[in-house]
Amino acid sequence: MIELISSLVPADIAAHAPALLVVGPMLLAPIAAFMPNGRLAWILSILATGFALVMAMVLVSQVRSVEGGAVLSYAMGGWAPDAGIEFRIDALNSMVLLLVSVIGFLAAIFSWPSVVAEIRDAKRAMFYAAYLVCFTGLCGVASTGDAFNLFVFLEISSIATYVLVALGASRDRRALPAAANYLLMGTIGASFFVVGVGFLYAATGTLNMAELAVRLQEMQGNKAVLAGYAFIFVGLGIKAAMFPLHQWLPNAYAYSPSFVTMFLAATATKVAIYALVRFLFTVFGLEFAFEGSTLIWILMPMGIAAMIACSFQAVFQTDVRRTLAYSSVAQVGYMLLGISIGTTAGVSAGMFHLVNHALIKGALFMALAGMVLSYQGTSLNDLKGLGRSAPWTMTAFAIGAVSLIGVPLTAGFQSKFALVNALFEHGWWWAVAVVMFSSLLAVVYMGRILEAVFFRAPSNPNKRRKEAPMLILIPLWVLAIANLWVGVQGGFVAGLAEDAAMSLFIGDVS
Amino acid sequence: MKGDHHVILRVVAKVLIPIIALYGFYVQFHGEYSPGGGFQAGVILAVSVILYSLIFGIAPAMRAITPGFARFIAGLGFVTYIGVGVWALAMGGNFLDYDALFREPPGGHNGQHVGIIVIELGVLFAVAGSMVSIFYAFAGRVSEIRDEDW
Repeated sequence: MIELISSLVPADIAAHAPALLVVGPMLLAPIAAFMPNGRLAWILSILATGFALVMAMVLVSQVRSVEGGAVLSYAMGGWAPDAGIEFRIDALNSMVLLLVSVIGFLAAIFSWPSVVAEIRDAKRAMFYAAYLVCFTGLCGVASTGDAFNLFVFLEISSIATYVLVALGASRDRRALPAAANYLLMGTIGASFFVVGVGFLYAATGTLNMAELAVRLQEMQGNKAVLAGYAFIFVGLGIKAAMFPLHQWLPNAYAYSPSFVTMFLAATATKVAIYALVRFLFTVFGLEFAFEGSTLIWILMPMGIAAMIACSFQAVFQTDVRRTLAYSSVAQVGYMLLGISIGTTAGVSAGMFHLVNHALIKGALFMALAGMVLSYQGTSLNDLKGLGRSAPWTMTAFAIGAVSLIGVPLTAGFQSKFALVNALFEHGWWWAVAVVMFSSLLAVVYMGRILEAVFFRAPSNPNKRRKEAPMLILIPLWVLAIANLWVGVQGGFVAGLAEDAAMSLFIGDVS
Repeated sequence: MKGDHHVILRVVAKVLIPIIALYGFYVQFHGEYSPGGGFQAGVILAVSVILYSLIFGIAPAMRAITPGFARFIAGLGFVTYIGVGVWALAMGGNFLDYDALFREPPGGHNGQHVGIIVIELGVLFAVAGSMVSIFYAFAGRVSEIRDEDW
C-alpha cells in the first residue's frame, strides 16, 4: 500500500519529500492559528498531518527501494552538508517518521469531539496551531542530520507540548503544576543536550552528525567529548523519560487534555528515544570507549529498574490514566533494555517495541478519551461496567490491554518475543526472567482495569449505551486492528525495525 | 497637573518611544551591512510598545496595538519566513535556496539579496509580535481570585 500511494506522488514533490514533510505542517500551523473557528483549524490539522503521512510513505518507499536501505540527504537552502543543515533520512529515520505521522494523522482525526468537550471555543484554533507546531517539531527531530538543528526542533516540539499540557486546566486544574513541572524538567533536559552539543562542537568543529561520527573516532579519550557525551545522554534521557528522570511524565499524561495525552504517549518519548539511539550508535558509535560501559552500567540497570519499579507503581494507581502513564515509563524500560544489548538484534527489538508501544498506548489512550467524553472521570470506579454500556470502545481498549501485556497474536507479544530472543542470544538469560516478571505485573495492572470494565456492575446505573462517537471509534479501531495485524503478521514492522537497526551498524566491524 | 508624579517619565517616554521605534527599523534595514537584523530589531520595536504600556498603562497600549493584531503579526512573520522557503521550492530549488528564487543564471545574486531581506522582515514581524503578545499575556492577566477573597 505504501508503494502504491508513494507512486502516485509526482517526482518533483517526491524529490523534496524530506523537507516537505516538515514544511507542510509548519506552514499550516500559523494559518490554523488565524482560523476564525476551531472546526476549520481541525480540518487544516488533518490536512497537514495527512500530507506529512504521504510524505513519510514516500520516504519509506524511497529508503526501501535500495537493498539494505538508502540514505537520502537533503541540503537545506542548497548549502552542501557540513556547512549547511542537512536532512538525512535512513531506515531508522523513515521508520520513526512513518510512526509519528500515522499517529499524528489518526490523532488529528479523532481529536475533534474530545477537543470540543475539553477546550474552550476561543482557544481551539490556537490549540490546533500548537498541536501542529508540536507535530512539526517531532518530525523535524526525526529527520534532521544536524545536531544543533535537532536541539531546535526538540525545543519547538517541547514548548508546544507545555502549552498543550497546560490547556488541560479547564478540565482539571492540576494540569497547571503538571505543565510547569514538565516545563522545568524539559528545559533542564534541553539545556543539558545543548551543552553537550556545544562540547562536541568545541572538540570537533562540526555539527553535522555524520561528520561528527567520523571526527569523533579520532578523539578517543578527549575529555571534552566525554563531557559532551554525558550531557547529551542525560539530556535526552530526561526527554525520553528514562527511569530516574521520568518524574514529569505521570502528571503530564494524567492531567493534559485526553487528545494530547494520546498523542504524546504515542510519539513524544519515542522521538526522544530515537534521538538517543541516533547519538549512541551513529554519532558516538560502539567503539567509543565510554559507551560500552554506559550501556551495561547505566542504560541496562535503568531499563530494568523502570520495568519493575514503574510497573509496581502502575499497580497501585487508582486513576487509569496514571496507571497507563507509569506503564509507559516501564515500557520505555523495555526499549532501553533492548538498546543496551548493543547488538543488531537487541536494537531492532527495542525499535520494534517502540513502534508497537506507540500503537498500544495510542489505542488505550484513545479509548480512554472516548470514555472521558461520555462519563468524565478516569478513576477505576468510573470504568466499572463500561464493557456493557460501550462495548465497541471497550473491546478496542481490551485489545490494546492484552497487547500491552504481550498475549500471543498481538503486537506486544511480537516485540517482547524479539526482545527475549535478543537477550538469550546475548546470554542475558536473567534479564529474560525480569521481562517475564514485568509482564506479569502488566497482567495485574491491566487485569484490574479489564476486570472493572467487563465484570463489575456499573457504579452509576445511568451509564447505559454511551458509545464513543464515530470520529473516535474509527481511528481507535484502526489502531486496535493494527495491533492485531502486527501481532499476526509482524513482518512489515519487524522488517522496518530490523532495517533501522541494520542502518545503525553499517560499517561496524562487530 | 498638580500631584502628577510621573510627568517627567511621561514627557521623556513620549520623546523616546518614537526614537526607539525608529532605531528598531534602523537595526532592521542596516542589518545587511552591520551587526543587527530581524531578531534584534523585533525586540527593540516590541520594547517601544512595552515602554509605552509601562508608562501610560496597559489599556491604552492594548487599544493602540490590540492583542489580536500582535498575534496576527507574529503569525504573519512566521508565514513570511516559510513562504520564502516554499517559493524557492516552487521555483525548483531546495527549501530556502535563495539562489533559486528568480531562476537566475550563475553569478546572479538578486535572489540572495531579496531572499535574506524578506526573511529578516519575517523575523522582525514574528519576534516583535511574539514579544508584545507575551508581555500582554503576563501584564493583562486578570487574577482569578479577587484580592478581597484572600
